Amino acid sequence: MVRLGTVPERLAGNHYELDEAESHIEVDQDVVRRTGCGPTLVAICSAHVYRLEDDGSVGVEYAACLECGTCLAVAPAGAVTWHYPRGGCGVAFREG
Amino acid sequence: MDEDDVFDVVVVGAGVAGCVAAYQLAAAGRSVVLVDRGVTPGSKNLSGGVFYCRVMEQVFPGFVTQAPVERRITRNVVSFLNATSAVNIDYWDTRLADPVNAVSVLRAKLDPWLAERCEEAGVFVMPGVRVDSLLLDGDRVVGVKAGDDELRAKVVIAADGVNSFLARSIGMRAAEPTKHLALGVKSVIGLPRQVIEDRFGVTGDEGVAYAVVGAATAGVAGGGFCYTNTESVSIGVVMRLDDLVARGLSSSDVHDQFLAHPAMARLIDGGELLEYGAHLTIEDGPAMVRQELVRPGLVLVGDAGGFTLNTGMTIRGMDLAAGSALAAARAVDAALTAEDVSAEGLGRYRTELAASFVGADMATYAKAPAFLEHPQMYGQVGELVADVMHGVFDLDTTARKHLVPTARAALKDSPLTLRTLAGLAVGGMRGL
Repeated sequence: MVRLGTVPERLAGNHYELDEAESHIEVDQDVVRRTGCGPTLVAICSAHVYRLEDDGSVGVEYAACLECGTCLAVAPAGAVTWHYPRGGCGVAFREG
Repeated sequence: MDEDDVFDVVVVGAGVAGCVAAYQLAAAGRSVVLVDRGVTPGSKNLSGGVFYCRVMEQVFPGFVTQAPVERRITRNVVSFLNATSAVNIDYWDTRLADPVNAVSVLRAKLDPWLAERCEEAGVFVMPGVRVDSLLLDGDRVVGVKAGDDELRAKVVIAADGVNSFLARSIGMRAAEPTKHLALGVKSVIGLPRQVIEDRFGVTGDEGVAYAVVGAATAGVAGGGFCYTNTESVSIGVVMRLDDLVARGLSSSDVHDQFLAHPAMARLIDGGELLEYGAHLTIEDGPAMVRQELVRPGLVLVGDAGGFTLNTGMTIRGMDLAAGSALAAARAVDAALTAEDVSAEGLGRYRTELAASFVGADMATYAKAPAFLEHPQMYGQVGELVADVMHGVFDLDTTARKHLVPTARAALKDSPLTLRTLAGLAVGGMRGL
C-alpha cells in the first residue's frame, strides 16, 4: 500500500510560495448560483480548492491551487476569474 | 524609443518549447529574453512524462547522456484494464535503446537544465516574472508587459502553455471546447532503485511506460499511465474534460481509484508519495493547430499552439513542443533577417512545420481524437478482450472450441455488436 493521505495532506508535502496578499482566483457567487456549477467546480478540481458552503455559495482555498486551469476551462462564462499567481508565487514543483 | 532597448525576441515560458526556441535564436546570434513565472525555470511545469527525445539531438547533441533525464524507455505496456482482469500488450525491444527513442523525465529537473543551456548560449533568463499582457502597436505585437515593466521585442514567442493567456488576450484563441481538453492528475511515488528494477523487470537505466485504458479512469474517456523514473514512479490518469464533467466524478477520486487498482497498486507498493500534481492537457491537438499560429510580431509554440498528440499508444507533447520551436525559430530568424515580422513574414512557420515531422504527424493523426471519442474504448472493449482470453485459458473440462468460435461466444455475451466492433476496427485503422 502507498499512503496517499487526504488531498490536503498530499498538498502539504508539495512546495508552495504562498502569495498572502492576493488571491488569483475569484468566484462570482451570483453566476455560480444561477448556473448551478458549484458541484462541478468542487468535483473537477484535483486540489480541492473549491468547497460548497451551507448557504449554496462556493468557497475558495486558493493556496492549494496546482495551477492547471481546469476550473476555468469548465466553468460557465463569468463564474470564475482565474489567472496565474503573481511571478514567483504559487506551486513550485520539485518533481514535475 | 532607443533601438538598443528592443530585443530581437522575447520568449514567454521556460518549458521545452520556450527553451528550445530561445536557445536556437540565441545560437543564431539574436538577442533573446526568456521570461518564466516560476521561481526557477521549470517549477511550474508538469508532464506525464515520456519524452520521445530523438528531436533533441538536433538541438543538444548528446542530450540523453548529458541532460538530467530519468530512464530510457525500452518496454512499452499497453494495458486493457478491467475491474478484476487486465490484458496487456508488453513490448520490450533493445532497439529502443540504441539509439535512445524515449526517456522518462521529471520537468522540475529537466527544465532548469534547458534554461541553463539557454543562458550559456547568451539568452537573458528572467525567472519569477509573470507576463501579464502583450504590448501592441496597432495590430502588431511589440513586446510584453509584466507588472509595470515593459519588455520590447521585434518578435514575441508565446510558449506559455495550454492556457495561453497571451493568445487569448488578442483573440487568437477562444475558450477551447472541453472535449478538446483533458485533465491529468499525477502522483510521483518514491521507490528504491533496486525495487523498481526488480518489480518492472529492467536493469540499469532502462525503464517502462504503461498506457492503460478502461477501468483506469472509471469509464471516463481517457486513460491511466505509469512511468518508471530513476528512483520513483510517475503514475496517474488523464480524463477528457467533457466526459469527466458529464459523469460528475471527482478527479482526485478517479486518480486514487487507479492507484488502488490491484494491477497498479502492486507496482507502487511500499512507496512514498513525493509529489501530487495536476496539469491541463490537449486532447485534440490537430484541431487547435489548425487555428491561427501567427500574428504580426507573435508566434505560438508548444502547448500554446496545440502541439500535442494522443494516438492511443503514444501520448506526445514534449517532442512536438521541441519540433514546433525548431520550426518557429527558423521562421523567426528568417523574418528578422528580412526585417519583415508581419504575419506574412512569419508565415514561413507553417511551411517549416509542414516540412518537419511535426506537421506531418499532426496531419496523420487528425482523426485520432474522433476515434478515441468512442465510449466503448473505455470499458466494453477491454472486457471483451479479457473474456476472449478467459475462454482460451479457462480449461474448465468442457470441450474446447477454436479461437474464432471462442471469440464469437465472448462477443455474444458482450454489449458490443459485431457491427460496432467492425466500426471501431475501421476507425482505428484510419485514425491511429
